[in-house]
Amino acid sequence: MNVGLEHFLILSAILFAIGLYGALSKRNAVVILMCIELMLNAVNIAMVAFSHYKAAIAGQVFAIFIMVVAAAEVAVGLALIIAIYRHKKTVDAEKFDLMKW
Amino acid sequence: MPNAALLAIILLPVCSFLFISLVLRPFFNRRPLISAYTTIAAIAGSLVLSIWALIEVNGAEHHLLTNVNYQWLAIGDTVINIGIRMDSLAAIMVVTVSFVSLLVQIYSIGYMKGDGGFARYFAFMSLFTGSMLGLVMANNLLFLFLFWEGVGLCSYLLIGFWFHKPAAARAAMKAFLVTRIGDFGFLVAIIFLYVKTGTFDIGELQTQALSGVLSGSTLTLAAIGVFSGAVGKSGQFPLHTWLPDAMEGPTPVSALIHAATMVTAGVYLVARMFPVFACSETAIVVVAVIGGFTAIFAASMGLVASDIKRVLAYSTISQLGYMMLGLGVVGYGYANQMLGQEEAMALGVAVAIFHLFTHAFFKALLFLGSGSASHATGTFNMLKMGGLRKAQPWTYATFLIGSLSLAGIWPLAGFWSKEGILHEAYAYTSVLFGLAMVTVFMTAFYMFRAVFLTFHGEYRGGEAGDHGSHSLHESPKVMLIPMVILAFFAVIAGWLPVGEFLGAETHFSFFGALTGWIAWLSLVMGGAGIFLAYAIYCRKWLSADSIRKGLGPVYSTIFRKYFFDELYENFFVMRALVNGLFAGMQWVDTYIVDGTVNGVAAVTVGAGKVVRRLETGQLQVYGLAIFIGILAIIACLFIFS
Amino acid sequence: MGLDVAFWILAAICVAAAIAVVFVRDIFRVALFMILCFFAIAGIYVTLRADFLAGAQVLIYVGAIGVLIIFGIMLTRDSKRGSPSGRLRPAAMLVALLFLGTMIAVIVGTNWGVASEPSVGPTTSEIATSIFGQDGFVLAFEIAGALMLAAVIGAIVLMRDK
Repeated sequence: MNVGLEHFLILSAILFAIGLYGALSKRNAVVILMCIELMLNAVNIAMVAFSHYKAAIAGQVFAIFIMVVAAAEVAVGLALIIAIYRHKKTVDAEKFDLMKW
Repeated sequence: MPNAALLAIILLPVCSFLFISLVLRPFFNRRPLISAYTTIAAIAGSLVLSIWALIEVNGAEHHLLTNVNYQWLAIGDTVINIGIRMDSLAAIMVVTVSFVSLLVQIYSIGYMKGDGGFARYFAFMSLFTGSMLGLVMANNLLFLFLFWEGVGLCSYLLIGFWFHKPAAARAAMKAFLVTRIGDFGFLVAIIFLYVKTGTFDIGELQTQALSGVLSGSTLTLAAIGVFSGAVGKSGQFPLHTWLPDAMEGPTPVSALIHAATMVTAGVYLVARMFPVFACSETAIVVVAVIGGFTAIFAASMGLVASDIKRVLAYSTISQLGYMMLGLGVVGYGYANQMLGQEEAMALGVAVAIFHLFTHAFFKALLFLGSGSASHATGTFNMLKMGGLRKAQPWTYATFLIGSLSLAGIWPLAGFWSKEGILHEAYAYTSVLFGLAMVTVFMTAFYMFRAVFLTFHGEYRGGEAGDHGSHSLHESPKVMLIPMVILAFFAVIAGWLPVGEFLGAETHFSFFGALTGWIAWLSLVMGGAGIFLAYAIYCRKWLSADSIRKGLGPVYSTIFRKYFFDELYENFFVMRALVNGLFAGMQWVDTYIVDGTVNGVAAVTVGAGKVVRRLETGQLQVYGLAIFIGILAIIACLFIFS
Repeated sequence: MGLDVAFWILAAICVAAAIAVVFVRDIFRVALFMILCFFAIAGIYVTLRADFLAGAQVLIYVGAIGVLIIFGIMLTRDSKRGSPSGRLRPAAMLVALLFLGTMIAVIVGTNWGVASEPSVGPTTSEIATSIFGQDGFVLAFEIAGALMLAAVIGAIVLMRDK
């Protein structure tokens, strides 16, 4: 069948949902970070799909910037996780509850 | 006579009270006699003014001197007045009250000598006298109720005068609470009357009743409500239980308040409101029946009492029953159209107030005499007294005169007034007349039982540890002189034209009164009572013990006052109210009211516990919450667009 | 036609790899599956004729981010617990499914107004013109640079041994 814009968008939605599920339910902080990357990639797919099907190059520019931000975010995120690991000797997200009542 | 002088009758004793309590007691406590002199001076002043008022009333037309109103409160359309009415009824009452009060105060100087609360006693006595005088001069129900409560308060304060004694404190409380039940009915009746008629004024209420504007069930209910106040204050059945216990107070208090004046306020109230009562047949029958029944009921309890003051207390209740009976039967006669209106109104009042007048003298005298006897022996228990007539001849003589007067022996005062009531009772009812006659017999019996036990025979020792028989002595003159004066009046009071003064068509005939068969019957009954007492207690031809054993259960029932105290205190108060109703209310308060408040708090805490789960500090929970919010927003967008 | 087939295959690989990321227990394998996913996405970019972006994807995501994550895994070796699921699993599943459902409904129900002529040809110069040319996204570019500087400094500060 012909692959239209909707297919790419649905693929993007599926990837986003999977990444969302993982980000909310996983306990290992690094895995959470990975799932966040997954979500960002899903958005990128949507951006590029729009760019292709609407003949607007701005979509790809947007996608580049998202990649930039994702990279920076992973760097800082991992630095945070390792810093916490040094302190608490664990990366279990359920144990990070200093903001508890 | 200027109205200021009339007001002074009330205000002089009240000012005496204020002066003693605010100036003398705090600053001149070392000289308590000054408070006694202040009181006596004030009451003497009231007496002088009262006699003046009496003379003026006699000369005034319709025997009405003044009826003035001073506006006190105006709340919207309601106007409450201070109203004074000086007519023949009020005049007789103020003279009686101030005169007997004055004599009792003089007696008290001797009786209360050395007591630590001397000044307090006279302060309360002044306040009481002022309140009683105000009560009889008030012309509207609200103002009357003010003084009604005032005398009730003073009664409480004076019964519980020796408040360190638990019995006295309890008796004071009992008096206050039992009369409060009656007062409640009275107050409800006042308000009810006001709502229905728009006035508190007694004169207007009387006019409305007589003209038929106020009638039917409204009138009956109101009259019964007012009567309930009288029942409480005058110790009629069923609110009689407080009067015998009230004897815990000092004897002059018993003489003044519980014999001559306060308890007569109930009779005065019914007399004052007599037209209102007489126009409702139900109410007046209630008055008559309760009066007649109380008379014989209380007399029966007086037969077996061993405390001389209690005998006198029962006698008071019984005589008050006579007065109510007098009012009741005349009103009954009017209600059944056997009497004309003006004639009935005056006659009912005359008959009852005449007896009130004579009773004040001889009953106060008898109480003062008992106080004098206890002064020598240290006890009021007659079984421990005896043979006092040698040691206390004056006390004996006056007491004997008082007893003869009470028993209704011609020509002493009690004969004439009792005669009036018996005559009217016979005219309109036979059952109550029979009861009244039996009561004459019982009255004579118990009174002379008291006389013989106390003054005849051998002295039985008195209170242990007190004087031996060799040191029994007569009471000081300051106590004897009032008794002698009262004895004088106990003889002659019946000869005074009280009835005519009150507007009734009674004719006094010194020897002619002996022609009626009722007079003879009452004298025979009285004589029989005296003779029986003589036989049992003086000559011991019959043994009191054997009679007591013979009548076993009857005796013990009467001795236990027909178990009314148990009924009221154990059953009503403890079981029904305290453990029943009040416990139920407490349950409601603890579990429902407090439960609701605590429940609200518990709900808040519980809700907090639930909401707390959102604040875990874990990012994923927060992230989840964010996404749920986003979904909710999308859903709303879908639904509402 | 060929691109269609390619899309389907790549989409399948992508979704399978993503599901593996979420459900596999061993972290290292999770990381590898993620890298596979990135590769598949790069392939999808190619089917969308975004050649520059495909290259950038491989370079940045696989090359930098993937390696960084593997470093992170190695540096934070927990116990043998690996990648378990938290207690929010059912709620997260529900939310994700709802979200997916909503998105699909929106996507399918919207008229996207697709352009008739899809673009063809290398995109690099177009992107460059779009960023650096007249009325381009130069400001965003500069801010991105500043952002990266901040990220680098931040990471160094966080990782310093006190």
